Amino acid sequence: MTSMKKIIIADDEHKILMSLEYSFRKSGYEVFIARDGSEVMELLKTETPAAILLDIMMPNLDGYETLQQIRAEEQLKDCKIVIVSAKNNPADIQKAYDLGADAYVTKPYSIKKLLQQVDELIT
Amino acid sequence: MNSVGLFILVLLYLVLLFFIASVAEKSRKPFWVNNPYIYSLSIAVYCSAWTYYGSIGVAATRGLEYLTIYIGPIIIIPAWILINAKIIRISRVNKISSIADFISLRYGNSRSLGALITLICAAAIVPYIGLQIKAISDTFHLVSHTANSNNIFTDSATYVVALITVFSSYYGTKYVDASERRVGVIAAVAAESILKLVFFLVLGIYVTYGVFNGWDDLYAQASTFSDFAHKNSIGGLTGALNWCLMSLLSMSAIFLLPRQFHTTIVENRREKHLRTALWLVPLYLLLINIFVFPVAWGGNILFKGASVNAEMYSILIPQKFGQDVITVIVFLGGLSASVSMIIISSIALSIMMSNNLIIPYGILNRISESNVKDNTKLIVTVRKIGIALLIVCAYLFYKFYINENSLFSVGLMSFVIIAQLAPSFFAAIFWKRGSYWGAVSGLIAGVFMCYKMLILPEMSGANVSHSFFTIDYFDPMTNAFFWSLFVNTVIFAVVSIFGKGNYTERNYAEMYVDIDKYLKYQDSAFVWKGTAETEDIRRILIRFLGEEKTKQALHIFNQKYNITDEEDTADARLIKFSENLLAGRIGTASAKILIESVTKEDKISLPEVLGILEESKQNILLNKQLTEQSQKLKQLSAQLQHANASLLEKDKQKDEFLDAVAHELRTPITAIRAAGELLQDDEDMPEGIRSQFLYNIISESDRLNELINDILYLDKLEHTEQVLEIAQYNIKNTIKKVIQPIEHLVEKEEIKLDVRLNLTREFFYYDEKRMIQVINNLLANAIKFTKDRHGEILLSVCNPQENLELKIYNSGKQIPDDELEMIFEKFYQSRNQNLKKPLGSGLGLSISKKIIEAHHGYIYAKNILDGVQFTLSVPQNYDKYEKNNYSR
Repeated sequence: MTSMKKIIIADDEHKILMSLEYSFRKSGYEVFIARDGSEVMELLKTETPAAILLDIMMPNLDGYETLQQIRAEEQLKDCKIVIVSAKNNPADIQKAYDLGADAYVTKPYSIKKLLQQVDELIT
Repeated sequence: MNSVGLFILVLLYLVLLFFIASVAEKSRKPFWVNNPYIYSLSIAVYCSAWTYYGSIGVAATRGLEYLTIYIGPIIIIPAWILINAKIIRISRVNKISSIADFISLRYGNSRSLGALITLICAAAIVPYIGLQIKAISDTFHLVSHTANSNNIFTDSATYVVALITVFSSYYGTKYVDASERRVGVIAAVAAESILKLVFFLVLGIYVTYGVFNGWDDLYAQASTFSDFAHKNSIGGLTGALNWCLMSLLSMSAIFLLPRQFHTTIVENRREKHLRTALWLVPLYLLLINIFVFPVAWGGNILFKGASVNAEMYSILIPQKFGQDVITVIVFLGGLSASVSMIIISSIALSIMMSNNLIIPYGILNRISESNVKDNTKLIVTVRKIGIALLIVCAYLFYKFYINENSLFSVGLMSFVIIAQLAPSFFAAIFWKRGSYWGAVSGLIAGVFMCYKMLILPEMSGANVSHSFFTIDYFDPMTNAFFWSLFVNTVIFAVVSIFGKGNYTERNYAEMYVDIDKYLKYQDSAFVWKGTAETEDIRRILIRFLGEEKTKQALHIFNQKYNITDEEDTADARLIKFSENLLAGRIGTASAKILIESVTKEDKISLPEVLGILEESKQNILLNKQLTEQSQKLKQLSAQLQHANASLLEKDKQKDEFLDAVAHELRTPITAIRAAGELLQDDEDMPEGIRSQFLYNIISESDRLNELINDILYLDKLEHTEQVLEIAQYNIKNTIKKVIQPIEHLVEKEEIKLDVRLNLTREFFYYDEKRMIQVINNLLANAIKFTKDRHGEILLSVCNPQENLELKIYNSGKQIPDDELEMIFEKFYQSRNQNLKKPLGSGLGLSISKKIIEAHHGYIYAKNILDGVQFTLSVPQNYDKYEKNNYSR
């Protein structure tokens, strides 16, 4: 079913993933879960999602590095990337935009608003 | 011994002196340069040939009064610690190089007074040097069995004197700055002091125990002489008065003789060397006198009835018994005594001659226009010739005048003349009212009295006629001493009190008497008003110091007084400073004249001087306080800067920490908030998921709480005096308490946990609660990293070197070597991408480290085998810490 929007959600916090997975699935997304950046890259080999939610502080490959690698891939240029992080100082946010993020959401967030933002980004 | 052999011996002896002098001069090691014993021994130059031969003559023919020459100094030397310390300070800061400089500077830096003193000294000392030459010559002839020759060129003594002259002029003029210390000469003189003492003791022991059968025997034989009792008593009231005055005379001599002033003051390198001289010099005087009595009376016994010169007993006695070695030794001892006296006296006198007579009155104009090289050469040449000339004069004096007179009387005459300096000398440092005219008139009157009462009768050979001045109780010598000094002192005092001193005198009086107040800023104590250009002064300095040294000196001066190098008008301080720079080379009087030639001085009244002096005294005090305060401020400001830097660093750390804390807090809050939001909005959530979210809210709240507890606990460890509850615990029990709760988890995760105890005892000192927390942290860490691999964990406990040591190893991923230390930093793991999130707050290792450090132990991680090992060690020498650290 091609009409189903695909999204990858990457975070190393199991309990955060749980709530996000539940809400996005309920809103009609096909949700892929990654525990770190390298798992995101692994998934991207087979999937082309409409959006990716990326935490910054993750083991093995962190959010910035993952962002950089994704933006280096030509075929993923339409993929919207939303950084979701507890880091909220301007320098960190600017860095994310500089590396090619489409949105930056700070933790803790309202799930409702996050869903809205992602919806707006991909339509 | 024949005369050629003896001459060669003398030659060898002088070569030895040259050798010592050149070694000392070249090596410049502290042993030579900065040796209180060399200093003290050089002061023993006081004991000249007069001591060696004259004392024995007096003891044999007149009695004990020879002792007065040593009693005076021994009585007064303890006072050196006050008097000489003061004179040394004054001389050091004013670059004084002779007694003439010392006295004339005090009375207004007067050229004429310096010259007068130089002439008096020369008049007193040249005959005295002649006396030493006579001693050398007489003993030389006596030992070599040759007759005195009237032809100067066939008299071997002439050549001995020539050698001494060469030595003195060579080493005495090494430095153009006369206030410099002459290391070589002083070392040679100190060596001579040792030689003359040892040789004299050898003679004394030989006479007492070799010729006679000890003191008792000698005394028994001597006491048979009819005049023995008479000679060996003080001699009633008359004798006592003479004794007193003679002691006073020698007391003043130890200060005033140019050679004494030179060795004690000019050659003093450290004030504390005086402390050694304080006991060593009196001891020396005592030792050299021990055997005077036995030798004198031994001679009286041995040469009873024979007509021999008693002054020569010390040579005649060993000669009588054919003891050539001892004879020669005594001769060499006497030679040492004479040579050292001649050297130092001629050097001291030549400095006076050049700096107080020849330069200020003769060649000052010439040298003020010449360059530094020529000037240095000229000044040195003047001094060289001066030394040679003095010795030649003394030689001629001996040859044609004192041949017939005894050592003792000529020596005493010298003493009496030199003693005329006493009033102006001692008043210089103790009495501010003493004036130039007082000093000059007193000196002239005193010397005139000496001439009338001593020299004239001596020259005419007639008995002193009875006159107004004759006091029946006194010997002629004592009489002359008493009257000359009395008249001198009275005139000095009266003229000083009633005369009006000029302001320079008053200025120097202040600087001399209150030297301790001006010691550091003595340039400021100099009062001078007028106009002067720095450039003019600089040009003069260059003539004598050279370009380089002048630049250095002025730089030091400017730094000392905080003056910029561009300052082109000179003030009183620079004038005094420049005079000091020149003083050592050309004497204080010439220095003043030279500086005066380029400056224009304004008239200044005495009350004005006193005002300025008072002001400068206060300024110096103020300056001192200011310097102290500014030093304190500097220290404070450094401390503040340091504190500020460390505060900034702490602030930065705090910021980073808060940042990390905020991040760590937001993670569980995010989970809680999301779960809450979903529970609120989503009514048709399946029951299983609903309860999962509820569980998440509870567990994340717990996590939040744990995190906050850890942060607060860590803060407590860091910032409060955490009192550990240290007691003796059984480590086995403690380990059990840690292991039991996790056994289930370990089993579930299929981890192999091995505990190995390798202990020589079971009880150790630690805080059990905290230790359990640490081991728990480390084990939790180990489980986390080995969990997925079903690896193994090894906990081993041992006690090497009285320490309690725990090792926790887990197989699994290793930590990069450069991060092994950083893992103990707060939140390190959560910041580091290569490691998985910690189970707890991310503060566990930081807290563990702090706890172990509070135990005075250490903790570190190491990669071994295919895993990581944490080692922690807690010292057990608990007694040491018990009192200091834990029982606060």
